[in-house]
Amino acid sequence: MAHDDHKPGFAKRWLMSTNHKDIGTLYIILAIAAAIIGGGMSMFIRLELMEPGTQYIQDFQLYNVLVTAHGFLMVFFVVMPAMIGGFGNWFVPLMIGAPDMAFPRLNNISFWLTAAGLIMLVLAGLTGGGPGTGWTVYPPLASADFHPDAAVDFAILSLHLAGAASILGAANFITTILNMRAPGMTIHRMPLFVWAILVTAVLLLLALPVLAGALTMLLTDRNFGTSFFIVDGGGDPLLWQHLFWFFGHPEVYIIILPAFGIISQIVSTFSKKPVFGYLGMAYAMCAIGVVGFVVWAHHMYMTGLDVDTRAYFTAATLVIAVPTGVKIFSWLATMWGGSIDFKTPMLYAFGFIWLFVVGGVTGVTLANAGMDTAFHDTYFVVAHFHYVMAIAAIFAMFGGFFYWIGKMCGRQYNEAMGKVQFWIFFIGVNVLFFPQHFSGMAGMPRRIPDYPDAYAGWNYVSSIGALITLVGTILFLWIAYRTVTSGEKADANPWGEGATTLEWTVDSPAPFHTHEIMPDMTGKAPAE
Amino acid sequence: MLKRLSVFVVTLVAGAVALGGEVMADKYLATPWQMGFQEPRSPSAEQIFAFHDLLLYIEVAIVLFVLAIMAYIIVKFNSKANPVPSKNTHNTLLEVVWTVVPILILVVIAVPSLKLLYFTDRTENPELTIKVTGNQWYWTYEYPDNNAIEFDSIIVADDELEEGQPRMLTVDNALVLPVNTNIRILLATNDVIHNFAMPSLGLKLDTTPGRANETWVSINDEGTYYGMCSELCGVSHGFMPVQIEAVSKEAFNEWLVGAEEEFGSNDSFTDEVVKFASAISQ
Repeated sequence: MAHDDHKPGFAKRWLMSTNHKDIGTLYIILAIAAAIIGGGMSMFIRLELMEPGTQYIQDFQLYNVLVTAHGFLMVFFVVMPAMIGGFGNWFVPLMIGAPDMAFPRLNNISFWLTAAGLIMLVLAGLTGGGPGTGWTVYPPLASADFHPDAAVDFAILSLHLAGAASILGAANFITTILNMRAPGMTIHRMPLFVWAILVTAVLLLLALPVLAGALTMLLTDRNFGTSFFIVDGGGDPLLWQHLFWFFGHPEVYIIILPAFGIISQIVSTFSKKPVFGYLGMAYAMCAIGVVGFVVWAHHMYMTGLDVDTRAYFTAATLVIAVPTGVKIFSWLATMWGGSIDFKTPMLYAFGFIWLFVVGGVTGVTLANAGMDTAFHDTYFVVAHFHYVMAIAAIFAMFGGFFYWIGKMCGRQYNEAMGKVQFWIFFIGVNVLFFPQHFSGMAGMPRRIPDYPDAYAGWNYVSSIGALITLVGTILFLWIAYRTVTSGEKADANPWGEGATTLEWTVDSPAPFHTHEIMPDMTGKAPAE
Repeated sequence: MLKRLSVFVVTLVAGAVALGGEVMADKYLATPWQMGFQEPRSPSAEQIFAFHDLLLYIEVAIVLFVLAIMAYIIVKFNSKANPVPSKNTHNTLLEVVWTVVPILILVVIAVPSLKLLYFTDRTENPELTIKVTGNQWYWTYEYPDNNAIEFDSIIVADDELEEGQPRMLTVDNALVLPVNTNIRILLATNDVIHNFAMPSLGLKLDTTPGRANETWVSINDEGTYYGMCSELCGVSHGFMPVQIEAVSKEAFNEWLVGAEEEFGSNDSFTDEVVKFASAISQ
């Protein structure tokens, strides 16, 4: 099919790559590396919290640094690179029938800036006392008075690099999706994963410059005598919170929208049905993106905002439940009447829906400013966002990995092992995070290295869950290793009639160059 | 590990027994294996409690509904039971229903939610004002109406705890407040952002630099209340608990006499200024 499958030498291929598939692979490798570090940190946290009193971490600044770095790593260097950089790079061009991304060299810069950002973050953790600010980096705690060494500066520069990488990547995706679709692949025929990446890229393009501005202001506050966030100089720490969350709330949709896209592809494939209510699904994502920009202060209910402001943000935040509800019901309706194969990716799709529904309803609770008096900064919030965003995103990533690994490396995973891995991981994360609802309701604050003895029981259960999750994670790495090195050869389309999108029309593994002649989609069934 | 688990089961039973006894009756804090809120002891906390009941019914119903559909799908629409998939991808009525019904549910939630929000915001007629100042890592309490009583409230180290004092929650000088009194609480900070929180009283608000935040409380029952700082404020964030002793109004007035002597302002010049200022205002 591909008459020229010439690959450059190793250094040229992997260090100077302009090929969307190779860059996608690099992103996935980076995400796995960061996940091992960031996940390891969370294991440390759970071991420390397994019992009351001090177990392993004597230095509470170190505890705060672990909490902070875990957040940074998982958000900026695991989920975003894996979903957008990894699966996005690999499958957006394949799904729309384009030969590559619109700006291949820009794509290369994006990846290496992300890699530099990861190195900078590791340096931040190793500098002085480390950044013990939480991933929200609230001044004045993050100011030079309270974090005098260069650790926070390194963290700021790390986010700057990762942010710049994401802005460039976003521009690349938007251009690619708008300009390089195959003939007949109209906007309303794009696979939902492509829709998800498009909306995500727009969110990135609008939200990240705000973060960059705020980070720069914090940097000059710390080093050059400005006082944007310092009260003594006429500044206001709440300005930081407004700017941070104006970025930070869209950021959680940046994380979960690509997950929506992956789940839509998986559900449709294994139900052997087109997605139910395709247009509703696409525009629900657009609606989530738009509303996501006007709800940021629900992270700030307890800062002393005016009561009318809190009332507005309560109402606006509740609205998000409507488009997310549409997505859940549409997935269920897609399965309804289907002929479902319960392969590992489909199990992960079911798991995703469970996590997202549980995290979604607790989100409805937390949307209410009045309820936040009980829940703000408790483990209830930790349980909520791990369910709805963090673990849900990981489920979509695992689902996506099992779904596409055959296409990416030409070898198929072991189905039985995949199912065992799913069940261990699913049980693990639920035992880990569900009890945190109870601790939170009983009043246990987050980000504390020790807790009053009453909270010991559920924390112990939670840590047991973490150990189960660890087993599941190691098993995943093992399966991934076995698949890549000695898995069975994958067919071009291992999933059968349900897999209708264009990536299944090319060989497995996908050749170095694909769609050299644009496929003609005119008059064909919508690609959803 | 099993051994540890059994220790916790024993703790659970012991906790339940202790709960029934008189000892625990006047201490308001979380209990082992607690799964819900701490008992509400103020009008705000009672309303939060009641509103959460409503939310919980709705949300559990939604989760069960989705689970039921998923179970039905797994049984009826697996590839063995249903080898030929339908091609049904649209149903306008259904899509309208699953958009409109959630909106109606949200309206049902929003109305009591906003009522609760405005109720808990602040009180119109405070009978007493106290000022709470956050520091790394302790609280300073002031009674501006009562000879400017001012004292620090610092955690008691684990090895200095006395019998019955909970670890990580006990302080040297608790905030003493009268019951059944509308108390205005003003919040400030000397350094970073802290958060003054008391779960069983429905209290929680940041101390933000450059601002005086305001909230209120009216305590229903006498006793000792325990809470913790609820905003990451640095190395010892976990170790600046809030402890409130709620006493009868009479006992509070008695306490004030001693406290004014111990913690009050002895600066007679200040007293003169205060008297002068109040004379003018009258």
